[in-house]
Amino acid sequence: MMSFVSYLVNGISLGSIYALIALGYTMVYGIAKMLNFAHGDIIMVGGFTVFTAMSTAWCPVWLSVVIGIVVCTVLGVVIEKVAYKPLRNAPPLAVLITAIGVSYLLQNLALLIFGSAARNFTSVAAGAPPFLTVFDDGRAPQFFTAVPADAAKPILTISMETFLSITVSVVIMIALTLFINKTKAGKAMLAVSEDKGAAQLMGINVNGTISLTFAIGSALAAVASVLMCSSYPQISPYTGSMPGIKAFVAAVFGGIGSIPGAMIGGILLGVIEQLSKAYISSQLSDAIVFLVLIIVLVVRPTGILGKKINEKV
Amino acid sequence: MEEKNTAPMLEVKNLSIQFGGLRAVDGLNMTIHKGQLYGLIGPNGAGKTTVFNMLTGVYKPTSGSIILDGKNITGKPAISINRDGIARTFQNIRLFKNMSVLDNVKAGLHNHTNYTAIEGVLRLPRYFMEEKRVTAKAMELLKVFELEGEAEQLAANLPYGKQRKLEIARALATDPKLLLLDEPAAGMNPNETAELMQTIHFVRDSFDMTILLIEHDMKLVSGICEELTVLNFGQELAQGETSAVLNDPKVITAYLGE
Repeated sequence: MMSFVSYLVNGISLGSIYALIALGYTMVYGIAKMLNFAHGDIIMVGGFTVFTAMSTAWCPVWLSVVIGIVVCTVLGVVIEKVAYKPLRNAPPLAVLITAIGVSYLLQNLALLIFGSAARNFTSVAAGAPPFLTVFDDGRAPQFFTAVPADAAKPILTISMETFLSITVSVVIMIALTLFINKTKAGKAMLAVSEDKGAAQLMGINVNGTISLTFAIGSALAAVASVLMCSSYPQISPYTGSMPGIKAFVAAVFGGIGSIPGAMIGGILLGVIEQLSKAYISSQLSDAIVFLVLIIVLVVRPTGILGKKINEKV
Repeated sequence: MEEKNTAPMLEVKNLSIQFGGLRAVDGLNMTIHKGQLYGLIGPNGAGKTTVFNMLTGVYKPTSGSIILDGKNITGKPAISINRDGIARTFQNIRLFKNMSVLDNVKAGLHNHTNYTAIEGVLRLPRYFMEEKRVTAKAMELLKVFELEGEAEQLAANLPYGKQRKLEIARALATDPKLLLLDEPAAGMNPNETAELMQTIHFVRDSFDMTILLIEHDMKLVSGICEELTVLNFGQELAQGETSAVLNDPKVITAYLGE
C-alpha cells in the first residue's frame, strides 16, 4: 500500500514537471498555431545555465535559478523573433521544420560547449531532509526531519525534490490560470489566439502578445528544468529531448491549445509512466505512455479537454 | 451643429491598390464630414471591403492618401490606425467566440486599461481599480445595446442579430472617431434590420460618431445614409446625396444590368 502511495506521489511529481513543459507547448500552439519543437531544448539550456551558475563558488542556489529563468526567457523571445516571426505567414510545415532546426542547433551548441558526457547536477534541495517519512513501528510520521542513521528503514519517504516539484507546479499553474483569465494581457492572449486580425484591429499588440507567450512558456521550461534536474540529477545536451516529447504528448493528450488540458495531461502522463514502471516493466514504460496516447487519440481525436470541431458541410 | 459638420473627419484622395495585375481600387476620392452617416455601396466584387481594409491598415495602398481628422494615416499598421481612431466591424462576424460577451468588449478596451502586466500578476491596487473601472465601462456599453443580461455568456451562444450588435459595441469600446460597419445588415430579417437602423442612428447621436458603412440592403442605405459613394470595378461610379445617387441611371444600370 505504502509503495503504491510512493509511486503515485512520484508520478504526480514527474507529471507536474511534464505539465509545466506542456504548458509552454500548448500556449505557443494556441497563439502562434505552431509546434515549437525547440521547447524541449530550452529545458536543457535552462539546466546547463543553472548547472554552470551553481558550479561557480559565489553564486547561491536561488540566484542560479533566477539566472536560469532569465536566460531561458530571453532565449525563447529571441528564437521567436529571429526564427519564427519571419515565417508567420508561411505554410505550417516550414515553421515546423524551422523549429526542428532550432532544436538541433541548441543541442549541438550544447555539445560543443559542454561535450556529450552527462554531468552530475547538484539538486537545489541538496542536503535538505525529506519532506515526509513514515515508519511502521508506531512512531508518528515525520515532516522535514532527517532520518537518524540508526533508525529502522522507513516504509515511505517523500523527498524534498518531489515535494518541491508538486508545490511549485501547483502554485505556478494557479498563478498562470489567474493571469490568463483575469488580466488584460492574459485576455489579449486569448483574443489573439482566436483571431489575430480582429485582435489587431481592436488595438491589441499582436507581436507583443506573441513575445509574451514565448517568454512565459520559456520561463516555465526553466523552472521545469530545475525541478527535473534536481529530481533526476543528471544533465547532458540530450536531457531536454525526451521530456520535451513527453510533454508534447501530454499537451496533445489533454487537448492541444487548452491550458487546463496541458495540466491534466501532464499529471496523468507522469502517473501512468511511474505506475507502469513499478507494476509492469520499467523498460516498457515509455512504450506504454505512447500507447495510451494512441488510444486516447483514437477515442477522442482532440484530446481530453480539446474542443470538438464540427466539420461544416 | 451645422458648423461642426463642415470639418472633414476622413479625406480619401486618389486611393488605389493593385494586386498583381488587378487594380482592385482605382483612384477613389471621398470626403466624410464629422457626424455624417456615409454609405459605400456597389455590386459584389466592386472593392468595398478592400477600401475598408486600406482604411484600417490591413492592406497598404499602392498610391493615394488617407487623412483622418487632419492626420495622415496612409500605410500605417492596423494597430496604430486603431489608436488614431478608426474601428470596424466585419462582414462575416469576427467576435472572439470562446470569450464572454463582457470580455469581448473588454478586449476592445484593451488600450484604455491602464495597468502593466506586472501589476496584473502581483494584483496591486491599480489592477483592481482599473479592472473595476473598465468592467463598469464595458457594462455601460452593453446596456446601450441591451446586451447586459448576456454579459457572462459566450459570444458564440448569442443569436445572430445580437452578435452583430456586440461587434459594434466592441468596436465602440476602442473609442474611435470613425466607425466602419461592413454590411451590418447582412443576414438579418426585416425586423432586425429596422432595429439595426435605429441602433446606428442612436450610436451616431449619442456617441457623436462619424459612421461609414458598406451595405447591400437598399432600404437601410436609403433610410439612414446621408451621402453615398458607389463603387463599380474599383472605380467611383457616382457620389453625392443618397436620393440623387440612387436615382442615377448609371447606378441603376450597374446594379440591374442594361
